[in-house]
Formats: sequence, structure tokens, C-alpha cells
Amino acid sequence: MKILVPVKRVVDYNVNIRVKADQSGVETANVKMSMNPFDEISIEQAIRLKEAGIATEIIAVSIGVSQCQETIRTALAMGADRGILIETDIAVEPLGVAKLLKAIIDKEEPELILVGKQSIDDDSNQTAQMLAALAGWPQATFVSKLELGDGSLEATREVDGGLETIKVNMPAVVSVDLRLNEPRYASLPNIMKAKRKPLDVMTPDDLNIDVTPRLTTVNICEPVARKGGVIVASVAELIDKLKNEAKVI
Amino acid sequence: MTNLIIAEHDGKNIKPATLNVVNAANAAGGNITIAVIGNDCGDAGKMAAQISGVNKVIIIDSPEYAHGLAENFTPLIVKMAVDYQTIWGAATTMSKNILPRVAALLDVQQISEITKVLAVNKFERPIYAGNAIATIESNEKPNVITVRTTAFDAASADGGSATIEKLDGLGDKGISSFINAAGSSSERPELTSAKVVISGGRGMQSGENFAMLEKIADKLGGAVGASRAAVDAGFVPNDYQVGQTGKVVAPDLYMAVGISGAIQHLAGMKDSKVIVAINKDEDAPIFQIADYGLVADLFDAIPEFDAALDEL
Repeated sequence: MKILVPVKRVVDYNVNIRVKADQSGVETANVKMSMNPFDEISIEQAIRLKEAGIATEIIAVSIGVSQCQETIRTALAMGADRGILIETDIAVEPLGVAKLLKAIIDKEEPELILVGKQSIDDDSNQTAQMLAALAGWPQATFVSKLELGDGSLEATREVDGGLETIKVNMPAVVSVDLRLNEPRYASLPNIMKAKRKPLDVMTPDDLNIDVTPRLTTVNICEPVARKGGVIVASVAELIDKLKNEAKVI
Repeated sequence: MTNLIIAEHDGKNIKPATLNVVNAANAAGGNITIAVIGNDCGDAGKMAAQISGVNKVIIIDSPEYAHGLAENFTPLIVKMAVDYQTIWGAATTMSKNILPRVAALLDVQQISEITKVLAVNKFERPIYAGNAIATIESNEKPNVITVRTTAFDAASADGGSATIEKLDGLGDKGISSFINAAGSSSERPELTSAKVVISGGRGMQSGENFAMLEKIADKLGGAVGASRAAVDAGFVPNDYQVGQTGKVVAPDLYMAVGISGAIQHLAGMKDSKVIVAINKDEDAPIFQIADYGLVADLFDAIPEFDAALDEL
């Protein structure tokens, strides 16, 4: 069974975000970039399925600038077999990403797509659902437990009310949540080996997909900062402030 | 027709999140239709018709909609969407699951978790865990939008008298099925709509110790939340998680106990009206956004706080 795993290059989760002075976006020059943390979980899950003898090949796909090759190499070092970069300078929106991935599905015919539930930059949480829609496949989103069966899978989803287990036919799109697994670190020998794994580069035009953004970003601003508060000396003072100053208890 | 809102409900009752979405739609203007999709959901439909400012309620009551399966909901909403300019849902796990699937089939780019309506096609939404705010303009037809409910006041749950229509379901697609649900049953208010939230972090050290927070929550009529670290450590279930990838809350009072304040956690609570932080590490980032900080061992401070509440 082939598994496709999309991986996104994002500003590292530890970086303090700075908004550009001209409000055109967020500063990404000389900022540490990493694989979207949810995508690391997707890759890890795919590798575990391969180690369990269920998956035969793991393809990591990234969409974006040429440096996304580094993100793909990270996935290859973790254990993915080969990579595909769809190279573009356009900041492709989730609908465009889903269309590009659908084109890759048509070529590669995987039976399972493991997608991070959201990327930590635009926080859209859309790609997996959109891809499932375009493919006409079922979806299991926000998954924290996954069991593959014969022609179907069972997934436990993290939902607002707790946990929910569903069964969906395969092929399917699964979006992964934080607690599905703990991703491994790539070892140095595997990082070296990853440099020799195949990585194809193509463009949205090669796939005949129009990724022109649909939405216009008017500007990007800093949020209104909270005013600093006070340090109270005791529980008694805290109670007094909450009762008499803030009037919330 | 202008606005179609996909209701959040449990069959009997409309959930508070839908009231916030009604006000978001009101801010964009135009008439409002609410779709109540479910199984045995007539009561929720009647309740939706009472919401102030709603013109029409469409009830689709059919077994294939019993468990919110996206594969079954999507063709129905896509079919209904042709009559509307904007399709709205709350940014709950239900709508987050279904609406992008709807948007893709309508060939439109969804706008997720808006926090402000600037015009009928212009919105604000947080990105980068709320560390930047994007203003977005859309010419999509229709717009498909999810609403961060804490950013909008709730519409009044009564005073309305919408007309009620019924539609037939489109049947089970047969590609997905519900097996079971495991919820943390609680008498406390829902985390996302509670006036008081008291959350614990890694500093709580165990799930048992959360009982201290529960006692205080009960005295204040509040809900209990947690940081990702506390959920990952297995202290409390996933539905307690407040943060970028968990729930977003904005209560009148948010108490962060033994939480250091990673940006991913702040993303879920920094719009609370009053924030209290109790942490023994005086350098914890949570103190930078807290209105009232108490540098103390929580195992001393929390029992003392609890006892002091009894004397009020």
C-alpha cells in the first residue's frame, strides 16, 4: 500500500513572529523554518505503518519555494522513500493545495493520505477535508488513534465533546492530531542516506492546475497587545483584586 | 437569500455557538436562514426559530445525519448553498470537519475562524496562533466561513419567530460510519461558553490534583481546562485542551495554574477579560499577559484560594 504525506515548510514553532512594518506579511527572512509539526506526526505514522509491514512506499509531497526541498529531505531522513516538490513562488491556498494533491493522487494512486490537521502558519485546517472532497473519498479528521483494516480504517477523532470513533472505507484521507504519536528524530546516517533518495520537482503548470489565490490579503497586522498586569503578594490580595477591582468573583 | 447558518445542536437544543454565528452574520447583513441537520432534531429546529433575527429555519431530519458524518452532510449543504451568498458555521470540530469539504465541492476558498466582519466580503482572522491578524477580502460565491465564537456576542435565544420548513435528506453515502463516542460527562458549563475557566498545566503533576481546580470551578460556576502539556501527560482528556490546536476561550475570568504560557497556549485564552496566573516560576511567560500574577507554589496557593472563596 502506498501512502502519500504532504509536508509544509513553515516558520519554526519556537520563533517569535514579527509582522513586517509595511503590513504585507510576516517576516520570514533569516527566520528558522521547519516542517509543520503536524506533518511530522503524519510522516511518523506512515513510517510506523511501513515498519508494521502494512505500507510499502511513503511519498512525501511539498508545495512551495525551492527550499521546500529541505523539508522533503527531512521527511526522507525520517523514513519516507521518495519526494515530490511542486515548485511555485505563489503562497498556495488550501483549495489550490488540495487540487495539486488530487493531481498527484491521480498519478500515484495511493490508498491512504496522511495530512497534518492544520499548519501552524495560516491555521486554516482545510486541506485534508478539501482533498477528500475532490477525490470523492471519505475523511477522518483530527485523528489520535488509527487502525487499518481490510479495505477500511477505524479512526478515533479528537472532537469538542471528547473522543469519537468512526470507520471509513479506503482509500481515505486522514488528518492527524497531536496525540497520534511522537515523531522520531532523524539519525545522522539516515540524514546522509536521505540525500540520495529520489526527489522529483514539477510545477503547478506541469499538473495543469491553476493556483492563483482566490482571497486577497489586504494587510497583516499585529494583534492588540495586552497591557501588563500586576504581581500580587498573596492569595488574600488576589481575592481582593478579583472581587473589588476586576469584579469577576 | 443571503446567509445560511449550519446549526450546532444535540437534537434537543441549539448550542450557544450558533448564537454567536447569528451575530456574525448580522454584522455582514441580510436575511438569515438556519439549517438544522440531524436525526430526531425537531426540537432543536423549533428552538432555532426562536433566535432573534432569524428569518427561516430549515429542518432536515433524517437518520443519515445522526452523527455529523462529513460524507453525508456535504452533498446536502452543497445542494442548499446555491440559494445563498454566505454559508456560515461555528469554528467547532463539527463545522471544521464539514465546511472545507463543502467549500471544495463549491470550488471556493473557505475563510477559517474569522474574528471580525468588516464588510459583507471583508473579514479579519488570526494567523500564526494569533500573533498576527490578517484582513481578507473575498469575491467567492458563495463565501464559506467559520466563526471564532468568542469574538462575537451571542444573539438573543428568544424573541424570534422564524418560519419553519422541512427538507428531505439525501441518504447515506455508505462510505463512512459512526462507531462510538466517549465524552467526559460533566455538569459544568461548556469550556467555550463558560464565564469562568480555571486551567491546569504540567505543574499540576497528576490528574488527581485537578480535583483542586474542579472544586474552585464549581464554586465559581466555571469550567476546567488544561494546557497541551497536561493533556499529553494524560492528566486530563483531550477536550480540556485550550490553545492554538485545542479550544479557544474568552471567559470573564481565566485562571492559569501551573501553566508556563507557551504561545500555543496563549493563542487559546489571551482574549479573556481578566487573566490570573499562578506559577512558582516568576519568569514564566504567562505573567507577561496576566492581569494578576501570583508567584507561589500552586499546592499552597490553590487550597488557600479555595478556602478564601468560602469566606466571600
